Amino acid sequence: MIKAILIFNNHGKPRLSKFYEHYTEDTEQQIIRETFHLVSKRDENVCNFLEGGLLIGGSENKLIYRHYATLYFVFCVDSSESELGILDLIQVFVETLDKCFENVCELDLIFHMDKVHNILAEMVMGGMVLETNMSEIITQAEAHNKMEKSEAGIAGAPARAVSAVKNMNLPEMPKNINIGDISIKVPNLPSFK
Amino acid sequence: MRGLAVFISDIRNCKSKEAEIKRINKELANIRSKFKGDKALDGYSKKKYVCKLLFIFLLGHDIDFGHMEAVNLLSSNKYTEKQIGYLFISVLVNSNSELIRLINNAIKNDLSSRNPTFMCLALHCIANVGSREMAEAFAGEIPRILVAGDTMDSVKQSAALCLLRLYKTSPDLVLMGEWTSRVVHLLNDQHMGVVTAAISLITCLSQKNPDEFKTCVSLAVSRLSRIVSSASTDLQDYTYYFVPAPWLSCKLLRLLQCYPPPEDGAVKGRLVECLETILNKAQEPPKSKKVQHSNAKNAILFEAISLIIHYDSEPNLLVRACNQLGQFLQHRETNLRYLALESMCTLASSEFSHEAVKTHIETVINALKTERDVSVRQRAADLLYAMCDRSNAKQIVAEMLSYLETADYSIREEMVLKVAILAEKYAVDYSWYVDTILNLIRIAGDYVSEEVWYRVIQIVINRDDVQGYAAKTVFEALQAPACHENMVKVGGYILGEFGNLIAGDPRSSPLVQFNLLHSKFHLCSVPTRALLLSAYIKFINLFPETKSTIQEVLRSDSQIRNSDVELQQRAVEYLKLSSIASTDVLATVLEEMPPFPERESSILAKLKKKKGPGAVSVNELEEGKREGGELNGGGERGGDSSAIASTPSPSADLLGLRAGPPVTAAAPSAGSLLVDVFSEAGVNDDGFLRFVCKNNGVLFENQLLQIGIKSEYRQNLGRMYLFYGNKTSVQFVTFTTTVTCPGDTLVLEPLIEGGAQVQQVINIECLTDFSDAPLLNIKFRYGGALQNLTLKLPVTINKFFQPTEMASHDFFQRWKQLSLPQQEAQKIFKANHAMDTEVLKAKLLGLGMALLENVDPNPENFVCAGVIQTKAQQVGSLLRLEPNAQAQMYRLTVRSSKDTVSKRLCELLAEQF
Repeated sequence: MIKAILIFNNHGKPRLSKFYEHYTEDTEQQIIRETFHLVSKRDENVCNFLEGGLLIGGSENKLIYRHYATLYFVFCVDSSESELGILDLIQVFVETLDKCFENVCELDLIFHMDKVHNILAEMVMGGMVLETNMSEIITQAEAHNKMEKSEAGIAGAPARAVSAVKNMNLPEMPKNINIGDISIKVPNLPSFK
Repeated sequence: MRGLAVFISDIRNCKSKEAEIKRINKELANIRSKFKGDKALDGYSKKKYVCKLLFIFLLGHDIDFGHMEAVNLLSSNKYTEKQIGYLFISVLVNSNSELIRLINNAIKNDLSSRNPTFMCLALHCIANVGSREMAEAFAGEIPRILVAGDTMDSVKQSAALCLLRLYKTSPDLVLMGEWTSRVVHLLNDQHMGVVTAAISLITCLSQKNPDEFKTCVSLAVSRLSRIVSSASTDLQDYTYYFVPAPWLSCKLLRLLQCYPPPEDGAVKGRLVECLETILNKAQEPPKSKKVQHSNAKNAILFEAISLIIHYDSEPNLLVRACNQLGQFLQHRETNLRYLALESMCTLASSEFSHEAVKTHIETVINALKTERDVSVRQRAADLLYAMCDRSNAKQIVAEMLSYLETADYSIREEMVLKVAILAEKYAVDYSWYVDTILNLIRIAGDYVSEEVWYRVIQIVINRDDVQGYAAKTVFEALQAPACHENMVKVGGYILGEFGNLIAGDPRSSPLVQFNLLHSKFHLCSVPTRALLLSAYIKFINLFPETKSTIQEVLRSDSQIRNSDVELQQRAVEYLKLSSIASTDVLATVLEEMPPFPERESSILAKLKKKKGPGAVSVNELEEGKREGGELNGGGERGGDSSAIASTPSPSADLLGLRAGPPVTAAAPSAGSLLVDVFSEAGVNDDGFLRFVCKNNGVLFENQLLQIGIKSEYRQNLGRMYLFYGNKTSVQFVTFTTTVTCPGDTLVLEPLIEGGAQVQQVINIECLTDFSDAPLLNIKFRYGGALQNLTLKLPVTINKFFQPTEMASHDFFQRWKQLSLPQQEAQKIFKANHAMDTEVLKAKLLGLGMALLENVDPNPENFVCAGVIQTKAQQVGSLLRLEPNAQAQMYRLTVRSSKDTVSKRLCELLAEQF
């Protein structure tokens, strides 16, 4: 299980924190600081795994992290997860962010926190991995974006409200329409011979 | 959202923490007033404010309002508002039940909305909060959504993980039902995302209810085999850098680790084929130079190796796995070296591959010395610990000691414990053990915990062959100008007990020893000084010539008027004791410490605590005990071992079992090496002592196994029936027992009776008198883990008593005949049980002697007589037990024609009343 996902920059400023177990706000902040302290003092080119800090369960848990330019992406996981698998997952997460934000940078995470949370929610739910397929995640995220835009349209221009309402469900529809009969999932069919 | 961007920029421009807090407080006030204001906020502004709150929260400020607004947002019909409302609730979880009720209502609506986006949002919220109230509200509903035919894939995925979360937080509320079998079949789902989500759920459920979910094994194997054998392009989007569905493959291999190897031959064949394919692929040239490609490939490989190790039944695969890991040990990728060391640690405990792992010792030692990354070095240290056995213990301990000098502070304490355990477990000669521990204190004294130095003292006290060496070594160690306080403690204790053993050498004469110790006194803390004062008074007893010097020290103001009460009291009392007590009294009071009773090591317990459960298996603990026990007894492992299968063995074979070579007479009571005054009494001993006065009962019981005993004795022969009861529903595999007997005193012949009930018969012949009980070692596999257990068999010298009736006159005549001081053993001890005459009588009868009435002039006292029958000789024994009801004390006197018998009887009986 993934216990927590933390993103902070080279100075330890948190850019995203998502805990899948309950801690008090205070403890959460301490965990972020402790994790930053553990991870930031490590050289580049050492391994990407280390034992968790005391606050998050010590050696029962592992911190698996990657350092991209100014940001650290840290996943705190228990022993039921594959270390290399989680590294791949971090890569998928970052590549997805990169596609959604077109060359993601630290500022994107700061100013679009809600979007980052949404993308993450498409991948991980309650500490377990929901989806690893990047194009599926991006499709979902884009659908949500479109929905958002169409709703903004309603608010901004009441005159166009009627037509917008008609179209409102469209962004999510393609998926629905495709799956009029749920057993038919066209893109994946060839894989099952 | 311009407002949000402006606010964030403001915060980022703040020059100081104070300015930041000021800006945040201003914003919080603004948002609060907006939320409270009369003007209804539109969705956009609500969203903006909630985003601001999230940002403030991320910076580490408590947010104690906004929850109501969030609930309003998530009840909205607009996606944007709903989404931000749910986001707020999942980040700032609040356990206010009023609030949860409102949220639950909204969730209920969304779940029944049939809008997949809304359903997913609601399921996410349940999975994120996962509170009891939510479980109560939705535990029934979610399985329905999960298995319903018309549920969309994305909703199914969310429902699976949502159910998993509820099951984890409130397993009692998630009721298994007809949906369980349909959940298992999700492994066959066409949508790989659904399988990905479902497999986490199935893995968790299988761990808790393995039988109900057994069918998942064959489904998982066929799914895995389809993935492994597919070409890299077949799975389209689930192919990650040319590796087909790596995440799902890992999860499938993890799921299989919840179960033993498949019984169905076809399934097993298919699985072995998969594992071989995975191992083969590792040798193929990479399809891409990207690190992601090799990462994904190796993720699967490591899981496959874990599964092979878990099965521990395919020697061929195990060897391949070991070779593969061996390659990785030298890989240029640090991650792979780390993981290889970690996996090898588990491989080292497999009997098939332990030897193969040992061949990598040089590489691992090299890793410990040269790896730049402390995480990797730590794994290397773990692996050295795991691969250590008697053959390489000296090398490994030496390497670990030299590593300690430069080790990172974070892992020193753990390293110290490990060195201490290995040194004790594999000590062949105890001077090596003492050297190692003293080195440990010298190198890393600050990290040597009390357990470690207590232990070395216990061992020295219990083994008189090492006492002289220990005294000499600590004396030399204390010569160093600066030595660690722990060294002073050990030195003080050991010289106080055994300083006399080196006093013959003028270089370590009593006065030199004392001066050396006292030179450290002033630099030590109070507890150490207290210990040293006790050492000084012991010196007065050992070396009367030091008396005046020491008395002078005790009399000095800095002692006798010390501001610390403990030190002052010791100084006063010791001074008085030394001046008024006669030499005899002094010798009695300050007698050498008796051997410590056998206990389990608390160092292991400490390491276990430190590493968390699971890091040190119970096995290891048990093994440590066994190894120690074996060493101690001084005897070698018994000749043959007899095997009892948990299924009745077809040929009940008679195996002769001869005991090892005799123990030297000087050896202290057997099995007393692994002693520890500070841990609770060893269970085994208790079981053993219960049988001194009776022959039948339960010798041992834990969660797995119960061992009952029935025994009968006639003359110098006996027969013991051991009944092994398996308390679990699972078969024990490779159940073997070994009986060893210290010294050439007993002949034990274990026989195995075939039959439904597993029963073992041991024929016993007493050759000569003895004090060490034979040991019964039991090994078996339960669910893959090796269980190892050593018990003392309750065969005691009194079992061979022949009662002798005699009149008062005869009794006293014989009593007087046995008047040599060594023929008598006496003990005064406190009553442990109520002093009931009838109970006492029953116990004395159970002892096997004749209870003589009207012999002792005092009717309160008990006298008994009997003859112990051994093959070599007969030993007549007389016993007198004088209860003192007022003081709740007993005085027990035993006289017999052989001194060792008197002593042993006295020891055994002192524990019984």
